[in-house]
Order: sequence, then structure tokens, then C-alpha cells
Amino acid sequence: MHDKTLSELAAALTAGEFTSRELTEHQLARIERLDGELNSFITVTPERALADADAADTARARGEAGPLTGLPLAIKDLFCTEGVLTTAGSKMLANFVSPYDACVVEKLKAAGTVSLGKVNLDEFAMGSSNENSAFGPVKNPWDAGAVPGGSSGGSAAAVAAGLAPAAMGTDTGGSIRQPAAFCGITGLKPTYGRVSRYGIIAYASSLDQAGPMARTAEDCALLLNAIAGPDPRDSTSVARGVPDYTEELDAPLTGLKIGLPQEYFGDGLDPAVATAVREAVRVYESLGATVREVSLPHTHYAIPAYYVIAPAEASSNLSRYDGVRFGHRCKAPSDLVDLYKRSRAEGFGAEVQRRILIGTHTLSEGFFDAYYKKAQQVRRLIRQDFLDAFEEVDVLMGPASPTPAFDLGAKKDPVSMYLQDIYTIAVNLAGIPGISVPAGFAGRRPVGLQILGTHFAESRLLNVAHRFQQATDWHLRRPELAEENR
Amino acid sequence: MQWETVIGLEVHAQLATRSKIFSGASTAFGADPNTQACAVDLGLPGVLPVLNEQAVAMAVQFGLAIHAEIPEVSVFDRKNYFYPDLPKGYQTSQMYHPIVGAGEVEIALEDGSSKRIRVHHAHLEEDAGKSLHEDFHGMTGIDLNRAGTPLLEIVSEPDMRSAKEAAAYLKAIHSIVTYLGISDGNMAEGSMRCDVNVSVRPAGQAEFGTRAEIKNVNSFRFVERAIEFEVERQIELLEDGGKVVQETRLFDPERDETRSMRTKEEANDYRYFPCPDLLPVVLDQAYVDHLREALPELPDEKRVRFQAELGLSAYDAGVLSATREMAEYFEEVRDVCGDAKLAANWVMGELAGALNREGLAITDSPVSARQLGELVARVMDDTINGKAAKQVFQALWNGQGQSADEVIEAKGLRQVTDTGAIEAMIDQVIADSPAQVAQYRDAEPDKRGKMIGYFVGQVMKASRGTANPQQVNALLKQKLDALC
Repeated sequence: MHDKTLSELAAALTAGEFTSRELTEHQLARIERLDGELNSFITVTPERALADADAADTARARGEAGPLTGLPLAIKDLFCTEGVLTTAGSKMLANFVSPYDACVVEKLKAAGTVSLGKVNLDEFAMGSSNENSAFGPVKNPWDAGAVPGGSSGGSAAAVAAGLAPAAMGTDTGGSIRQPAAFCGITGLKPTYGRVSRYGIIAYASSLDQAGPMARTAEDCALLLNAIAGPDPRDSTSVARGVPDYTEELDAPLTGLKIGLPQEYFGDGLDPAVATAVREAVRVYESLGATVREVSLPHTHYAIPAYYVIAPAEASSNLSRYDGVRFGHRCKAPSDLVDLYKRSRAEGFGAEVQRRILIGTHTLSEGFFDAYYKKAQQVRRLIRQDFLDAFEEVDVLMGPASPTPAFDLGAKKDPVSMYLQDIYTIAVNLAGIPGISVPAGFAGRRPVGLQILGTHFAESRLLNVAHRFQQATDWHLRRPELAEENR
Repeated sequence: MQWETVIGLEVHAQLATRSKIFSGASTAFGADPNTQACAVDLGLPGVLPVLNEQAVAMAVQFGLAIHAEIPEVSVFDRKNYFYPDLPKGYQTSQMYHPIVGAGEVEIALEDGSSKRIRVHHAHLEEDAGKSLHEDFHGMTGIDLNRAGTPLLEIVSEPDMRSAKEAAAYLKAIHSIVTYLGISDGNMAEGSMRCDVNVSVRPAGQAEFGTRAEIKNVNSFRFVERAIEFEVERQIELLEDGGKVVQETRLFDPERDETRSMRTKEEANDYRYFPCPDLLPVVLDQAYVDHLREALPELPDEKRVRFQAELGLSAYDAGVLSATREMAEYFEEVRDVCGDAKLAANWVMGELAGALNREGLAITDSPVSARQLGELVARVMDDTINGKAAKQVFQALWNGQGQSADEVIEAKGLRQVTDTGAIEAMIDQVIADSPAQVAQYRDAEPDKRGKMIGYFVGQVMKASRGTANPQQVNALLKQKLDALC
């Protein structure tokens, strides 16, 4: 049951093979049995899940089931969920019960899905390994000694381990695509503005975007159908109609023009990852696509530009955590400044504090022009690189990450951790969509192929990913951890 | 040494939108603490701002009223600082690209001349909440009802040269925003307040002196007082060989002085940057034109029209156009009675006097403009005389009757113009006053004019004030002269 895709589960529910309650109970039991080791969930909500499942079964009996009715999901603990703990992986919000639902959560509820609970992440979505969580690191289901990636590490691990058939993640610099690659699942970061950010705890507002993480591109399409669209509560959501993202999944790839950015195959790329990606590209050629090399000349400025813009926005976004109205408050503050200083020093972890300090510095008087303004100029150049490339080709392909999942504790130096996101970060700066699909292994650890398209080309990306999954079986592989405990 | 004072004002006008600038919560004043603060106003995790279109329209209307340039694009920035009543840890404001560009406001000076004060720009921003220091036993309470209320900050150039000019400028701004209906301008409730920048320099010197900023002054009178005190303080300091330091000061109306709050060295670095949650505001020409067409008549235009078309004196026109409420009241009185000068006399005389005595605003007048207009009309058509009219006004003021006509009937104040009736009363008075008649007869003809007053008074008394005074005068003269 837990190896099935969303579309298979939906078919089984429709056929009456089992009920949503049975499916939900099965998933809850797996979480209970396996997650002690994995640590992918921060909060499991069995009562709510079963109530949702019963409601879904009732709706189905009345003939009111939609394509996602009764399907269980895990929600990254960055989405506000009414009446449920919403921590952002931080001690700062360890006691925060949201009084409202994020737009994405509202839409998933309206679609009849069942929320199993809230999954682990790097604190405030800042990290690439899930080691920056106040609730402990998450383990990679493929190798307990490896990280699951981050920041949506709990989402990726839960899906890979069969604790949930799909999950919601967010991606600010690769936080959906890199953990999807590390855990051997499919993860889509939509175009900036495609999915409402309302109710997603902000990290870097001009870069944050929510997206689905699942076993297949088809499942991602089903979920994107439910969550995409303009939202009057998010001024940056784009007023643009939502197509049926499943419609073009099967379109043939004959004549598809694939570009391989030369900058994505340079120094620092793990040979096993390079091999897997080149192998995947050959599969596309066999499906009728043509391949050429392209250049994204400003790629090497992406990480520095990102680490100016994202921390600048974060330093401001995280000012509201001051110990005054909600969240962590230090004990017995002596005065207002002491309340601020100690609440924030105690509530925020090291990486969050580091980024707040970087952002505060780059925005301060005398540095603003040299850092923030310059970074915004670079951002425009990076975006232009992509737009130029998409004049030549339909999609870009490359590795989602320079290496497969690394060992827990391996990256002590923040900069080496930041370099993990070298292939994903520019995508957020440009606002374009990207998807990571399983494309092989480096030893026991999965490798992800990243496919990029121009703004609002989600249908095309899903089509390109889906055809690959029709031709390969990497996405069907399951880690031993889950096999053993079936 | 002769000193020159240089003053610039930053006026914060609360915009009269129904909901807040970035959320749907109500902006009504006076509700219980924290009952008008939604998730967005509280700065809860995950919430996002959505710009209130009404606030944009109001800001643009103000810009048009001061003949300012309206840039096509304006941008919201975040001003970052920590304060308990600032929920997000930043205020959303407009630092680099304000919604209203350079404009100007004309003020009337005491000598009857006028002066143009340049407005540097005006920008939109959100208000903060309030810290409550009483009743919390050593702790501070926070009320976020006001958080997110839209403010238009109107920043002048340092063009004012005296406390009087500053007060006149503030009044002009007040009058513009209330005419436009974009702010209630209520200074007591904090809907309008200002920061005053004051410096002095030796007369004739080109460079400005070092300025002090007096924060949050909330009445016309306090603005004058604060500036007067501050100017005196700075001059004294400089003449004693001291230096003015750039600092923020607070005006204490109880002690009538300004006090230092913080110096520039302690000033915050606000780390302004464009708010990534809000798109730039792009105004197309059609939108601006539409707002321009919908602009009401403004105080200056009204003043000019009152003089040119209604024939009022410059002084009367100025008083009657000073506030929107006053002008609306006056214009209704005039419309009902049909005579601008009489309407002006009544509004500025009897009505203003009564309002002053009772400390009432014109909007709280117990006599409505329609009632007063009808009363004036009755004077004009000779239904009542001036004396009776004052009685009618008093009766309406006291709520004795719905209309002038009702009071006139009830009190029998209708003017007697029937010659026969007046003659009968005159004959009676002459018959009852033989001594006075004798005196009149014996007096030199050129002294008789004064003596007639006694007889007029007696006839008016006999008619209980209702006889037409002109007729009484004329008939009395005829009859008395016939006796001589």
C-alpha cells in the first residue's frame, strides 16, 4: 500500500480496494514504527488524520470524490496549520500553534486530502542537510549515515521511506529539488508566484516558493493542480489561469531541444553524479530529443548574490520573533533590550543567527549599495542568462546537486554547505520552475536529474519528467529500510 | 545679533479608509485594545500584506490638491527597528520612491499677504500600535488596534520662518485633507500630528543652522508654543557660545518646554530595503486623471469664488472657507435663504458666537444650516424683524421648535406691517405719554430726531417686538410732527 503512487492510490480508493481510513491507519502505523529512527516528523496528528480520512470516505460514498480525496500527505512544518503546532524547525516557535491555515493547506483540505502531520526541516528553511533543525537531524532512508538534504529533508525522507505517499515542501535555493535528489523522489519547484506564499513562514520572500514532493512527476502534477493559482492575500502570486497539469504528461518528446549548461558540468561535480546525468540525457535522445551545450555565464555569481539577498530579506522577516507576542520568550528579562537579546539568542539556532547577522550587515548604512544593490543587479543578469538560453532550447538539464547525499556531520564549514546549492540557487534568483527526478545511484545513494524550464513552463517540465519515468525505473526503487519493515 | 528661524514640518495624516493599509481589519477609533488587530496586524508568522487601494487613491488626491507631480511608479520599503508596538520589527513605508512628488501649499499670512510653502514629497506608511504604561504594574501593555492604520506623511521643505507660519501651514494641510475627506484631521485623537524641524541662523547667512526635531506635536497651539520655546532655547544657547546638537526632542505642553529624547549618535540605522512582499505601485494616467476629475472644490478655490462670485470680503471668504464643515454649512444657509452676505453675517455672527460660548464645533450645532437659512429668509421677506430673528435663533438653539416658521407662529413673532394696526398703537402711546409729547414739541427741530427713540421703544414694546421698525419710525414722525 505504501509503495503506491498517488494516482495508483486514488484508483484503488475508487475501486474500493481499501478505504482512506485503512490507508491512513496504515501510514500512521508505519510512522509509529519507523520514524523513531528517521525523525522525519515533528508533529504527527493521528486524530485529525483519521477524521479527515473518514470525511473523505463519506464524500467518496456520496460520489463527491475528487482526484486527491482521501490521499494522505505530510506537510513541511513551515506551513501554518490551524490548531496544530507550527514550528519552522525552530526552538523559537516550539510552542506556536497557528490560528490559521496557509493558503496551500486550505487548498489541500478543500481537495479532500488527509494531513498526517508536520515534517522536519532545517530551521526556518535555512540549510541543505536538515541538520539545522531544533528537533534533531533527519536520516536518509537510503543510508542512515547520510543526510536527506534540506531544507525540506523531512518531506523527502518521509516520502522515500513510505511514511507518506507525497509531501509539501518549499524551495528558496533548492530546498525541494536537492532533498528530492538525495532521497530518490520527484520534487517540483514551481515558478515564483505560481503558488501562494500566504501562511508559509517566510525565509526570503522574493525567493520562497511551495511545491509538491512525490514519487512521480504525475503525482506532482496532481498536487500542483490543487495548490497553484492566484491568491488575493499574496500580492506576489501571479494572476494567471491554472491549466490541468496532467493534460500534457504523455505528449511525445520528439524534437525536444535540451540544453546542457556547461557551467553545470565543471569542477566539483562528483563523477558518479555526472555519469548518471549523462546517462539520463542519452535516454532523452533515445526518446527523440536533441541535445546541445549552452552557457549560463553568470552562474558562478549565483551563490554570492543569493547569500546577500536571502539573508537580507531573512534578517527583516525574522525580526517579528522578538519574544513579545508569541514564540520563545526568555525567562525573567531585566528590561526590553534584555528580552529581545536573550529571547532571540536562545530561540534561534547558529545558522539562523549567522544569516540574520549577514543580512543585517549587508543592509546597513554604507554597505547597502555594495552588497544588496549589486546583488540585485547580478540577479537580473542571472535571469537574463536563463531567458537567453530558453531562446535556444526548450529545457535545461543538469545535476540537482554536485554530489549525492553526504554523511551526517560531514560539512562543518558553512561555505562548503552553501556550495551544495550551486545548481539550484540560480533558479530561485531567476524565478523559473525546476524539477528533480531520480536518475540513478552513486553507490547506495540516489542521484537527481534537474530539469529547468522558462517561467510558467510547469506543464512542459512535468511532461519531460513523466516521459523519462515511463522509460526508466529509478523512481520505482525503494530503500531497504522501508523494504525490511514492510 | 538678528536671528532667523527656519522650520520644516513632517505632518502625519491618518487616512480615513475603512480598513487598514495592508489588512482587512477596521480602523475605527476607540475600540477595546487589540479587538481590531487581525493576524496580519499582529505580524503572525506567514502573513502577507495586501495594499489597500483606497489609501493609494487618497494619497494621489492629496498630491493632485497640492499640484504635486505623481510618479508613475512608487515602491514600499521596510524600515527596520525593534519596538514592542511594532509587531513585525519593521514599518512598511516609502523611502526612495514615494507616491507623491514635489508640490506646494499656499498659506495666508497675518498681514493679508500669502506665501508658498514647498512640499518635498508625501509618502504612504503604516502606523504602529500603542504602548500602554498605566495599569500594568511595572509592565507595559501593547494595543495593536492602531497598527497598520494608513498614514500619509507630508514632508515640507524648510520654508517656514516663524511659529505663526508653521501653524498656518499646518492649518492649510489640515484644511486640504479634510476638504478632500481623506482624513478626519482630528488632532486630539491623533489622526493628525507632526514632527517639527527647527533651526536658527544669523540673519543673512545662507547655510542652515543645526536643527532639532520635535516629535509628535498634536495641536496647532502646541506647534506654535513648541517652536517659540525651541527657538528661544537655541538662540540663548548660541549667544552663550554653545552649540545646538542635532537631536530628537519632545514637547511637554504641561511645562511648556521641549526636552531631549535622543541624540543623533544614538540614532537607528533603519536598513531600508524594498519590501519583497509588495509589488511596486504603478499608476496609469487614466487612473490619475479620473481622480483629478473627482476632486472636490478646494479651500483656495472656494475662497476665491466666495469673493468673486458671492461678493464677500476677503476676510469673510477666508473664515468661511477655512474648514470644509464651515464652508458646507455656510453654503447651505446661503442656498436656502438666497443671500450670501446675510448668510455670512449670521454664520459668522450669531451662530459663531453661540458655538464659541458653548465650545461646540459647527458639526455639533443645535441649529442646522437649513433652519438658519429659513430663519434668514424670514428676515429677508420681512416676516420678522431683526430683533425677533434673534429670539427665533435662541429658541431653535434651545430646541424649542423644528423650524423658524414654527417658532414664529408659536411665539407670535410675525412682524406687524399693517399701517392701521401700527397707527393704533402709536396713537395709544402718544395718548399715554403727554409729558414726552410736550418735551418733543418744545424741542428744537434738530433735537427731535433723538427724542423719537423713546416713542419707538414704547411702540415696539406694545407690539412685543413685532412691529416693523422702519414703519414705526416713519409713522411716528408724521404723527408727532403733526402735533407740533
